[in-house]
Amino acid sequence: MADLSIDMCGIKSPNPFWLGSGPPTNSGEQVMRAFDAGWGGAVWKTLGEPIVNVSSRLGAIDYAGARMMGLNNIELITDRPLDTNFKEMYAVKKRYPDHAVIVSLMVETKEEWRDIIKRSEDAGADGLELNFGCPHGMCERGMGSAVGQEPRVLAEITSWVKEYAQVPVLVKLTPNVGDILVPGKAAVEGGADGLSLINTIKSIIGVNLDTLIPMPTVGSQSSQGGYCGPAVKPIALHMVGALARNPGVTIPISAIGGISDWRDTAEFLALGATSVQVCTAVMHEGYRIVEDMIEGLNYYLDAGGLASVTDLVGKALPGFTEWGELDLNYNVIAKIDSETCIGCQLCYVACLDGAHQCIHTDQGPCSAYHGEPDHGAHPRDVVQPPIWHQNGGGADPHVPFVDEQECIGCNLCKLVCPVPGCITMEEVPTSAGKESWNDRLAKGLS
Amino acid sequence: MSVEQPTWKALPDDRAELQFADAKPAFSDAEAVIEANRCLYCYDAPCIKACPAGIDIPAFINKIATGNIRGSAKTIFKSNMLGVSTARVCPVDVLCVGACVLNDLNEQPIRIGRLQRYATDETLEAESGADWELFTPKAAIGKRVALVGAGPAALACAAHLVLEGVTAVIYEKDDRPGGLNLTGVAPYKLQSEAALAEAKWLLRNGVQLKTGVQVGRDIELEQLIKQYDAIFIGVGLGSDKALGIPGEEGPGVWGGSGLIRKIKNDPSFELPDDVQAIVVIGGGNTAIDIARELAMLGVPDVKMLYRRTVGEMPGYGHELQGARKYGVRLLERLTPTAVIRVGGRVTAFRATSTASGVASDYPCDWVVVAIGQEKHAVHLADGIEVDEKGRMVVDRQTRRTGHSKVYAGGDCINGGQEVVNAATDGREAAFAMLRSWDIAPELA
Repeated sequence: MADLSIDMCGIKSPNPFWLGSGPPTNSGEQVMRAFDAGWGGAVWKTLGEPIVNVSSRLGAIDYAGARMMGLNNIELITDRPLDTNFKEMYAVKKRYPDHAVIVSLMVETKEEWRDIIKRSEDAGADGLELNFGCPHGMCERGMGSAVGQEPRVLAEITSWVKEYAQVPVLVKLTPNVGDILVPGKAAVEGGADGLSLINTIKSIIGVNLDTLIPMPTVGSQSSQGGYCGPAVKPIALHMVGALARNPGVTIPISAIGGISDWRDTAEFLALGATSVQVCTAVMHEGYRIVEDMIEGLNYYLDAGGLASVTDLVGKALPGFTEWGELDLNYNVIAKIDSETCIGCQLCYVACLDGAHQCIHTDQGPCSAYHGEPDHGAHPRDVVQPPIWHQNGGGADPHVPFVDEQECIGCNLCKLVCPVPGCITMEEVPTSAGKESWNDRLAKGLS
Repeated sequence: MSVEQPTWKALPDDRAELQFADAKPAFSDAEAVIEANRCLYCYDAPCIKACPAGIDIPAFINKIATGNIRGSAKTIFKSNMLGVSTARVCPVDVLCVGACVLNDLNEQPIRIGRLQRYATDETLEAESGADWELFTPKAAIGKRVALVGAGPAALACAAHLVLEGVTAVIYEKDDRPGGLNLTGVAPYKLQSEAALAEAKWLLRNGVQLKTGVQVGRDIELEQLIKQYDAIFIGVGLGSDKALGIPGEEGPGVWGGSGLIRKIKNDPSFELPDDVQAIVVIGGGNTAIDIARELAMLGVPDVKMLYRRTVGEMPGYGHELQGARKYGVRLLERLTPTAVIRVGGRVTAFRATSTASGVASDYPCDWVVVAIGQEKHAVHLADGIEVDEKGRMVVDRQTRRTGHSKVYAGGDCINGGQEVVNAATDGREAAFAMLRSWDIAPELA
């Protein structure tokens, strides 16, 4: 078994699986049950001056029967007294000295920051996470994403915190910015020991078509909320990767955003994260999911011959580059396995209507604008009578076939195919060496 | 538009068919959405090709998934006006469901029939009393069509015709519309209330129904041909064929379709307590249906006797399997020889093995003969031909007979197929009539 323990800027944890700040870390009792289930750390539900919450607070997007692809919330920071929170935190740390307890904080003035940092450290917190990210409610009061979107303010408050804090300080970033590098670098500038991202994305989850009130509904109204869950993972992956590969960002990252299992975890670690934070998946299925996360990550590391989870950190970064560096001479084309094809023709219609008209069948009409290797270059300003193919693909007329001269290797057919392994993308050997857009620019070409 | 709604004799409420539970109960909303979301939404889908009516099945299923139930039903009815009954009675295992690509993925194929039932039932329920209608008939165009028989074929034909402004008048010899949907379909698939509710819906846009009128007896076909612009014949099949063996005449020997009709519609029918063993002769779907119905009604010993082997049976394998679950047994390679009676009462059925030539007696209290039905060789006018099997000869596309004004569809042209085939015949005949008057049918 690989060593899963981590040390993230001084915060030690038996594994990289932390609970993100939110409802699952609302109380000491919850955090204790989570640690018993196997979670290595927990970022306590954001503390600050207690607020009053609304009802209801959550909305979700389902997709084709799958629940909660995306979740949004208009819940604010803790609504429990600070005394109670700190008392419970103390009890947690006493019982679980080796687990990581990080306190998410959100207050306004320098004095408030000083006081709450002191109380957090007195309660035994292993680290602080500055919530500069919530895009709803708190930002209207000048906190949360109102800070995260102003690099100078972010850097300044971070430096206040660093002035008082004895324990490591993570700055939690909002994705509601044009370029994540700007707040990321501001946090480094302010002296942060680590970054956490992404916070939730400003969103409206939907509109109730019976009442015509957006969701989640509070009486006859709603408000924009913070979007999270599996649907946001690609956005989070990009932002984590963009920061991790930037030479100006030298501090470790705790990744947040749609992480639901060990695979998601491994992807974020490979793109440079040191720990991960999970919230929506636990809200959906409970603390128990960590058992599979630990086991699955362990087996994955073992299979890759990695002795420690830290060996995986950043392993995918060399392969993450700018578009301008990609090889323009590299080509793949689709191959359809007629043995396993079930004849649904989803690849055919996807290519015909949604891509480049390179997949044909003996049964359906095809765009008239193909048949030439450079069919994409022909002017296509009218709809011509469709072409009907005959026996182009071989024996079974139900199996679509790829015109290998025309296929531009976009992957769409493979993505829509419901049969695992039926469509593969195969490299077309070429004698031309690698040439990127940047190479071409350097040669004065375009 | 207010049109006079046809009425008919109410159903008796003490029919034996009411003892049968629904073999495939209706989906709940949640079940329907889950099932609909499993559909891959194939392009040029095999299920469409396997559907005799050519319903755009992936489209109607996708509409259930998005919550557009009304649109889903419209997609179904556009191609098959008998969407309500076919959802229940279609042999989907050998049609759409059998063609579902998920079979090739070793997954449960989409339960298309039950989804169709969900979409059509929900929509018809919503439509009644609503301020919208699924299809709106056009103004009268001055054309009149007479339809002979009120079975699935004629109902479908009439429903399409009135939408295009044609006056449609159905002549039905029975007391009620529905044809075999009312009198012949296995009661665990479709009961008479549902069949009549469907007929009522199909007739709602002004189709005129004359019940108790038999063409050829009460009115001549030639007369209709003179009075109307076109005729549609959908008379189905005639009475059950007899075996022509000794002892067949007399009590205790039933025709298959006749007995099913009694179970479904006749309040006087009761299964006597002393009927403990029944022999069913035949290997078609009517034989399987009646055997299963009798077993389900509590007859402990129901045997089917078939003269060839199981692989050669015209009845569907999945139907035989369904009957076997209720204890029906199949005996193969037996030629009917005689009905044995003692004191007038049936005591056994004698059959001769085609393999050994040995005759054996199979003790029984009743014998049911389900070896097919006679064809109606009546109602014919000049130009209408009948083939060697007694089927009316029609053009494959238009369903027009040799007589330029007379069209036909359903069992009387195909010798006994599915409701969906009849509905398709009715639709195509309606389209062909309209086209002959230079009208392009909107639903075509």
